[in-house]
Amino acid sequence: MITRRSLLRTTAATGLTMAAGSLAAPAIAQGARIRLGYVSPQSGPLAAFSEADKFIIDGFLASEAGAEFEVIVKDSQSNPNRAAEVAKELIIDDEIDMMLVASTPETTNPVATTCEAEQIPVISTVAPWQPWFIGQQGNPGEPGSWRPFDYSFHFFWGLEDVISVFTAMWNQLDTNKQVGGLFPNDGDGNAWGDPNVGFPQPLAAQGYGLTDPGRYQNLTDDFSAQINAFKQADCDIVTGVPIPPDFTTFWTQAKQQGFAPKAASIGKAILFPQAVEALGDQGHNLSSEVWWSPTHPFASSLTGASAGDLATGYMAATGKQWTQPIGFAHALFEMAADVMGRVEDSRDPDEVAAAIAATQLNSIVGRLAFDGSGLPPFAAANIAKTPLVGGQWRLRGDGGYDLVIVDNSDHPDIPVGGTMEAIS
Amino acid sequence: MIWIDTVLQGILLGGLYALFAAGLSLVFGIMRLVNLAHGDLIVMGAYLILVLVTLLGLPPFAALLIAMPVMFCLGWGLQKFLLNRTLGDDILPPLLVTFGLSVVLQNALLETFSADSQRLPTDALTTASLQVGPIALGVMPLLTFASAVLVIVGLNQLFYRTSLGRAFRATSDDAVTASLMGIRPANIFATATGIALVIVTIAALYLGLRANFDPNIGPARLIYAFEAVIIGGLGSLWGTLAGGIIIGVAQTVGAAVNPEWQILSGHIAFLIVLLVRPRGLFPRAND
Repeated sequence: MITRRSLLRTTAATGLTMAAGSLAAPAIAQGARIRLGYVSPQSGPLAAFSEADKFIIDGFLASEAGAEFEVIVKDSQSNPNRAAEVAKELIIDDEIDMMLVASTPETTNPVATTCEAEQIPVISTVAPWQPWFIGQQGNPGEPGSWRPFDYSFHFFWGLEDVISVFTAMWNQLDTNKQVGGLFPNDGDGNAWGDPNVGFPQPLAAQGYGLTDPGRYQNLTDDFSAQINAFKQADCDIVTGVPIPPDFTTFWTQAKQQGFAPKAASIGKAILFPQAVEALGDQGHNLSSEVWWSPTHPFASSLTGASAGDLATGYMAATGKQWTQPIGFAHALFEMAADVMGRVEDSRDPDEVAAAIAATQLNSIVGRLAFDGSGLPPFAAANIAKTPLVGGQWRLRGDGGYDLVIVDNSDHPDIPVGGTMEAIS
Repeated sequence: MIWIDTVLQGILLGGLYALFAAGLSLVFGIMRLVNLAHGDLIVMGAYLILVLVTLLGLPPFAALLIAMPVMFCLGWGLQKFLLNRTLGDDILPPLLVTFGLSVVLQNALLETFSADSQRLPTDALTTASLQVGPIALGVMPLLTFASAVLVIVGLNQLFYRTSLGRAFRATSDDAVTASLMGIRPANIFATATGIALVIVTIAALYLGLRANFDPNIGPARLIYAFEAVIIGGLGSLWGTLAGGIIIGVAQTVGAAVNPEWQILSGHIAFLIVLLVRPRGLFPRAND
């Protein structure tokens, strides 16, 4: 049986040139194009997350399904207040049908909160689900008071995945199981170091000892205190979620002061190849969580392109190395096309929200469905989890770095490119 | 032993802060100009060195030698054609203009170099260390500290041994009387800002070798520079070095107690000095 949804998907995937718009999506047939608002940090300290935005959006608009859409892009300037402001502009002045938002809780949370209040459906990504869901609650400290959202949806992984990936990578090495924690005093650092939802409990359960000297301020110029604490505890492993300049300072000082751990699994700071290159040849075998790579065995529901094709296209178009947010930015627009293909009236927020909740999409970042798998009951309605694996940066001959997947114990369908190596 | 290490690391960190502060101290001391764009000028210096390193393939220290005269000319022009027009009885215009300059610089750097964080290319020297008994001191922090001391010594020689220095001091004390003696304050100010930007370039080199920088990182560096100048006392160059060291040691000692205290204890040390010696530790003159 041909449904609206399957027809839209087939025509998009096979690239048929027939004018399928009117048949495929009744919402589209009403003449006006569907208006999508998109907020991301295109300038400011978080701008590296949004480098691929233009490439992704141009690709989306050029696709069969994308031709029915208008995308209005706004820059959050890496500022939460600005993000909320532009979200309001998109809703009130541009009268968008649906909001898309990406990259870090500082961008996703203010936009999602604004949309929830204005009753505009929003799909968000690239922020671990705990800071996204819990951070938007009226009282984050009181789990009993947490409520699901009516119009806000999010797809990404959570802290439990990062902990599982990091420990699986460390288990590949022969270490003394002593871990040093580098947790800054910001949203991410407080969540990672939190005694209830963060690293301490799961690490203890797996027999790892955690040395956590305490929360430090971002843009600290000296890490002697942490290095001395890690040396005293004889830590073989370092983990944490510092910002890039702080990790460079820490890692350089650690080498200067003779602290040489066997593994350093760091979130956030070494996400982008440029940040690893800033370490010179000291970045070899640093490890990190990997949410998307060209070797992920997924393909786009919009264009049929594989993850590898998308990354190659990006590198050819921009001359830059691929980065992880590319896949997720593409998946956001896949979601938009898929959802709008299943609604009668794109201007009816309740119908659109219901369509998002019913999503069953095989996207370029994996299967997206709000079925609550791997999630606690309170978050099940609003969050879809994507797979997470672990990778290591390997130094190339020319001074650049390649990200090699070294652990896939949670998601064996994603191929590994090597095994975990100790830092020499 | 950890305490000795902590204090030593703090002193070395103080050298970096003193380098950030020396240029600010010079300008502040001579013309009472609070340059809010100082941190952004440091970042701009770092980008200039980076461009020279990438384009000409020079090692960072050689690129510094080319960058210094460029930055001198830039500082001279900046003072002569922009900041001199703002100087007067009212202290507000220079504040507003340098604040605006800070915003302009940040965005110009962002447009030109994007938000990617950069670092000057490093070699084995960056992670090399000197073993002093049980304590390992990084070669790069030691170099930073030595440069800070050299800069302060050099500035003192300039101030107290040369006719330019005499002109600096005279203009600082009383610009009107100095101009009666044949000194043009406008040119003296321009030269002073030029020299300040040469020091900024040295600070930029060590900033870029120590950690990543991006266009938005400047203002965070400005606050420590300010505190070092104020702790040291207006116009006292050795005081600026002492101020940098006090903030550095306060930060590392605070962090050894608990990392949450690191930044705060630097600020607290600053407040305590202000309470006990409101004019700083070594004020130069009673003005």
